[in-house]
Amino acid sequence: MDFLNAIFVQPFADMAGAPDFLLQVVWEGLVGGVLYALIALGFVLIYKSSRIFNFAQGIMVVFAALTLVGLNEKGVPALLALPLTLLVMLVLAVTIERAVLRPLVNQPDIILFMATIGITLFLIGFGEIIFGGENKVMITRELMIPTDSITLDLFGGFVSIEEKDLTSVIGAVLLVAALLLFLNRTKTGRAIRALGDDHQAALSVGISLSTIWVVVWFIAGVIALATGIAWGARAGVSFALEVIAYKALPVLMLGGLESVMGAIIGGLAIGILEKLFEVYWGQPLMGGNTEAWFAYVVALIVLLFRPQGLFGERIIERV
Amino acid sequence: MLYRTAGQFKTSYAADHALFPVRQDAILLGVVLVFAFVILPLTASEFAFRALLIPVLIYALAALGLNILTGYAGQLSLGTGAFMGVGAYACYKLITLFPEMNIVVAIALSGFFSAGVGALFGLPSLRIKGFYLAIATLAAQFFLVWLFQKWAWLYNYSASGAIHVPNITMFGITVAGPRAAAITQYYFVLAIVCIVTFFAINITRGRIGRMWKAVRDMDIAAELVGINLMRAKLTAFFVSSYIVGVSGALFVFLWRGAAEANLFDIPLSFRVLFIAIIGGLGSILGNYLGAILIVALPVIISAVPAMLGLPLASATVEHLNVMIIGVLIITFLIVEPHGLARFWAVIREKLILWPFPH
Repeated sequence: MDFLNAIFVQPFADMAGAPDFLLQVVWEGLVGGVLYALIALGFVLIYKSSRIFNFAQGIMVVFAALTLVGLNEKGVPALLALPLTLLVMLVLAVTIERAVLRPLVNQPDIILFMATIGITLFLIGFGEIIFGGENKVMITRELMIPTDSITLDLFGGFVSIEEKDLTSVIGAVLLVAALLLFLNRTKTGRAIRALGDDHQAALSVGISLSTIWVVVWFIAGVIALATGIAWGARAGVSFALEVIAYKALPVLMLGGLESVMGAIIGGLAIGILEKLFEVYWGQPLMGGNTEAWFAYVVALIVLLFRPQGLFGERIIERV
Repeated sequence: MLYRTAGQFKTSYAADHALFPVRQDAILLGVVLVFAFVILPLTASEFAFRALLIPVLIYALAALGLNILTGYAGQLSLGTGAFMGVGAYACYKLITLFPEMNIVVAIALSGFFSAGVGALFGLPSLRIKGFYLAIATLAAQFFLVWLFQKWAWLYNYSASGAIHVPNITMFGITVAGPRAAAITQYYFVLAIVCIVTFFAINITRGRIGRMWKAVRDMDIAAELVGINLMRAKLTAFFVSSYIVGVSGALFVFLWRGAAEANLFDIPLSFRVLFIAIIGGLGSILGNYLGAILIVALPVIISAVPAMLGLPLASATVEHLNVMIIGVLIITFLIVEPHGLARFWAVIREKLILWPFPH
């Protein structure tokens, strides 16, 4: 009975008892969720346009952040380092398209997936040689990101909001809005979506596959840089950041591999739910650190009912 | 030349479908086995046993297990490392709870624990396909590794959270633990790997194997011709996880000697997946070729700068190593996406036809 009470009653009593703390937890989860959504967005864009399950998205986040910080360390002013980093991501996109994707066109999905793991390993080794493996501090102040925190008085308690978290949430919203505008309103954006619908049809109306792939990988690089800055401001820049790629995968499952909306909603949902579960169930009942697997289990349960995720394209199978 | 098939007439379908349709295949296998059982043990050093031969065999076995699932039954899995962990922890618990149990029995039984867990996590495969399933197997990966860390009973409440292999003797010879000789361990692993491979070849060639291949090629069509999808997929998960579990037990008991939970984390899963893919999905031979490549390569690469006299720090060598492996994986995928086994098949075909081009 105690056990059932601890699972079904106590956590909700705790939530109702301290609404300010609940709000704090939800906010923390929301910030995490926004970043998951960003990484998932990078995955979705590449998957939509090329059916490549890009495992290298996580390491691209690390690589972009490291390049930014590394350039700044070498004496390049922060506001110049930012466009330079974007240039590096563009070069990376072109190189990947030329050296890896083009020779592998038309191979089975799993081969392309393995190739992106190859890219991951390469970038890990390359990044460590150039920038070193030690933990670095994100150049928040140089990028003019406020680092104070705001304290709101609510429900007789208080909720503390870090300004850099607020900045990253606003930045992410702007980025996503720009991206949606780009995908829906520009010619290139339409070409990307056309490619996602049907490769052969898109090719036959004159859409260049290789150009679009470079564009998509570059956008993924831009998203990676934004994620890298936001996450790096919270936790520092190191290769340990790579694991956040694993956090984005259940988001993809939940939202569906092809859906931009799914990535955003899935990311927010996973971020908030895993934080709530960790604080109210994980730590008291299971010894903590449940964030490592909770998102996967949620996604798995959802998939049992909807095998294509919440917003994915309906899977139609014919013999 | 070496592979001339002239004079080998097949007079029945059975002969045509035999395991060795060309006599030289059997001879070649015999030569390889003589090498593995006689010549290598006579010549190899302690270092070669510990750094090359034993890990190659164990990784090949793990890749064989994964290959049955991914290559034969078409279910992509990224949770191999965790299933190896289940085998290892199960074996550890069996050995410590029943110290008088024979280690072969313990390893064989620990495979069943892994197989059970594997079949459980294989259940979603009935609904979920492709990359969704791959991510679903990651759920197993993260959940199980978390469990290995948090469930203290599994590592007998040791303060370090690690499991240590005690000295285990079999018929008076120490086969596992700190006092075991490398050559004994090599023979032990080799024997188990040979037995499992023998069974794997027979399963994949038989009715069950054909069922798996039908499911892999198109599961709806397979269902329409009367294959029970649930049975086919779950047996694939069961058999695959059994082999993976056995390899996990060998991994800790006959090679590493000690293990922590994060040893079974996702890099291990990926390493095994690399071996299976670079070796060739849907082939038994490929696992061995892939394991030789993936295990031997880092050893060779880290030895090169020292041989050339380059003054490189060991950390730099480590990073270069990772980078080169990444490049090699991509290169191999581009040159031969079907893996080393296909590479060998092409060479063999050419040898049979030699000196004619077609």
